[in-house]
Amino acid sequence: MVTISMEIQILLAGTIFLMGLVGLLMRRNIIFMLMSIEIMLNSSGLVFIIAGAHWAQADGQVMFIFILAVAAAEVSVGLALILQMFHHFQTLDVDAMKTLKDINRES
Amino acid sequence: MNINLALIPILPLIGFLILALFGSRLSKIAVACVGAGSVGLSAILTLFIGFSFIVYTPAGGIYKVNLWQWIQTGGFSASISFSLDALSLIFIFVITFVGFLIHLYSIEFMKDDEGFSRFFAYINLFVCSMLVLVLADNLLLMYLGWEGVGLCSYLLIGFWYRVPANGYAARKAFIITRIGDTAMIIGLFLLFVSFGTLNIGDIMQQAPARWVVGSPVALLAAALLLGGAIGKSAQIPLQSWLPDAMAGPSPVSALIHAATMVTAGVYLIARTHVLFALAPAIQTLVAIIGALTLLIAGFSALTQHDLKRVLAYSTISQIGYMFLALGVGAWSAAIFHFMVHAFFKALLFLAAGTVIVLLDEEHDMFKMGGLWKKLPVVFITFLIGSASLAALPLITAGFYSKDEILWFAWSANKGSTILWLAAIVGAFLTSLYTFRMIFLTFFGETKTEPTHQPGLFMTIPMVILAVLSVIAGFIELPESMGHVHLFSGLLKSVLPEVELTHGPNLEVLFQVLSAIISLLGIYIAYQLYFRKSKFAEVFNKSSISHFFYVGWGFDRVYDVLIVKPIVWLAEIDKNDYIDFLNKGIAQIALSINFLFSLTQNGKVRWYLIAFAIGIVFILTYLIYQ
Repeated sequence: MVTISMEIQILLAGTIFLMGLVGLLMRRNIIFMLMSIEIMLNSSGLVFIIAGAHWAQADGQVMFIFILAVAAAEVSVGLALILQMFHHFQTLDVDAMKTLKDINRES
Repeated sequence: MNINLALIPILPLIGFLILALFGSRLSKIAVACVGAGSVGLSAILTLFIGFSFIVYTPAGGIYKVNLWQWIQTGGFSASISFSLDALSLIFIFVITFVGFLIHLYSIEFMKDDEGFSRFFAYINLFVCSMLVLVLADNLLLMYLGWEGVGLCSYLLIGFWYRVPANGYAARKAFIITRIGDTAMIIGLFLLFVSFGTLNIGDIMQQAPARWVVGSPVALLAAALLLGGAIGKSAQIPLQSWLPDAMAGPSPVSALIHAATMVTAGVYLIARTHVLFALAPAIQTLVAIIGALTLLIAGFSALTQHDLKRVLAYSTISQIGYMFLALGVGAWSAAIFHFMVHAFFKALLFLAAGTVIVLLDEEHDMFKMGGLWKKLPVVFITFLIGSASLAALPLITAGFYSKDEILWFAWSANKGSTILWLAAIVGAFLTSLYTFRMIFLTFFGETKTEPTHQPGLFMTIPMVILAVLSVIAGFIELPESMGHVHLFSGLLKSVLPEVELTHGPNLEVLFQVLSAIISLLGIYIAYQLYFRKSKFAEVFNKSSISHFFYVGWGFDRVYDVLIVKPIVWLAEIDKNDYIDFLNKGIAQIALSINFLFSLTQNGKVRWYLIAFAIGIVFILTYLIYQ
């Protein structure tokens, strides 16, 4: 069995997290943004698994199951919101949603 | 008994409240009943209380009634409580009686005025404030009354508010007296700091023990109180408001600007005479102010054309006599002159008001004349009042009161020949301008016809006041004739007697002298204004006459020295430079707010970037701290 050093494993998780973050920041389509968030969530789950494997503890896997549950809940709420947004704005572009700003400046 | 004393000021207050709240809905008869009736009831009560005061004089010569605690905080307490001694008794007697007569007069005088109920509301409030002023047992309550009469004076001078000049006169009166009031309240602070109380009796008791005669703090306290007194009593240099105050209705001039309010300064000085005795320099100043004022106002009265302005200057001048008497320590002589003056000057103002109203608002004496046949009652009462003002010897009250002052101005140990000389010149001027007024108004050819005759409500108060102007003198006769001292005997418990340096045997000489001076003034007035001597016309056109006419140019001087610089400063500062600091701080806060609000652009991704950068910073900090 090939052992992969922990640095590589953490690096992989970090890379996935960064991909998620970059995706979140670059994308304008809200569905892709939600997917990016999922990627980031999973990368953090991966870190828990890695840590659990490293110290031979079950806690990491327990945490990952929690994260899965949270992600499922989050996605259901997120998708519902996206549905509402699409009804309201007829678009999935987040830049169309600019009402969350200083009401004193109409620019 | 004690509650009755409190009722004296409360009754006019109730009258004021009724008239102020429901005045517009009441009929004129009801308004007149409430307005005059409340003061009339006060007058009757005063009579009862005065009677019992004189017959069963209480221990210490003071009735006290404590209504309730007004202010109680820390070491300071003030209560609404009244105290009646001989001095306040005389004042409330004059206020309620003369006030009641003037209320009666006003019923007819104001009957066609649309502000009928407003007038009675104001004047009832005035009577209430004035009674509070003279009955107050602590200086703070007295100050309440003091400001109350100032307010009513303002309201009543500007009573006919549709004429802008009246409003101007009202503001002028209010602002100039305010200068004095400010000095007075500072004086009250000083007294409180020194004694820890504002109770008049306590202060008067403690002052001689705590303060050395002539010590700086005593001088300062007396000077500040004097400042209040000269503002209210229209003495030099704050006298210029009173002639303009004649813009108000004549009953107001009679009640406020002749009989009662303007003598509040005299009351204040008499009430705090202990402080003035501790500050001899200030007391001398009182005498000098009085002497100067009576001369300056006397000269001004000589040249006026407006009947009421003559009387206004005459009032200033007569109060000058009272100040002179206070200044030489002849306390009871000042109060006696106050009472007599209240009678005859109220009478003169009422009679002048009648003349003016019957001649269809004609104020100029040079356009009157020959009225003695047309208006006999007015003429006779006016003549009696004038005789009293001019101190016609033996028969008039004015002679006895003024003669007393003249005598004390020379003979008291604080008096001097110069003060006496000023007073005697003033007496000459008084009889001259008084009879100038009589000859111009009532003699000569008729220039304006009276429209109708005065009714009973107008004549009865005048007749009563005319009787009082004569008989009031007989309750205090000098030693040389009669030797009656009812008045000063009554006041002996409150005010110390005057200390003489000269014996009374010279008094007759002074009386003869002042009698001659008074008659001489009348004779010269007769020559100048009845026989129409050329000199009168020449004098009338001279520049010195104009100088007197404008009141010695005090208004000009104040305009140049005070009003103009303030207006100039205000002109420069119209952009409010001091506000730049406040506005600048607000401006900086606003621009920072603008910068931050730029980040609130509503874009979710923008927020996310900020969020990510924040996390990076926090993590960096946590790792490398």
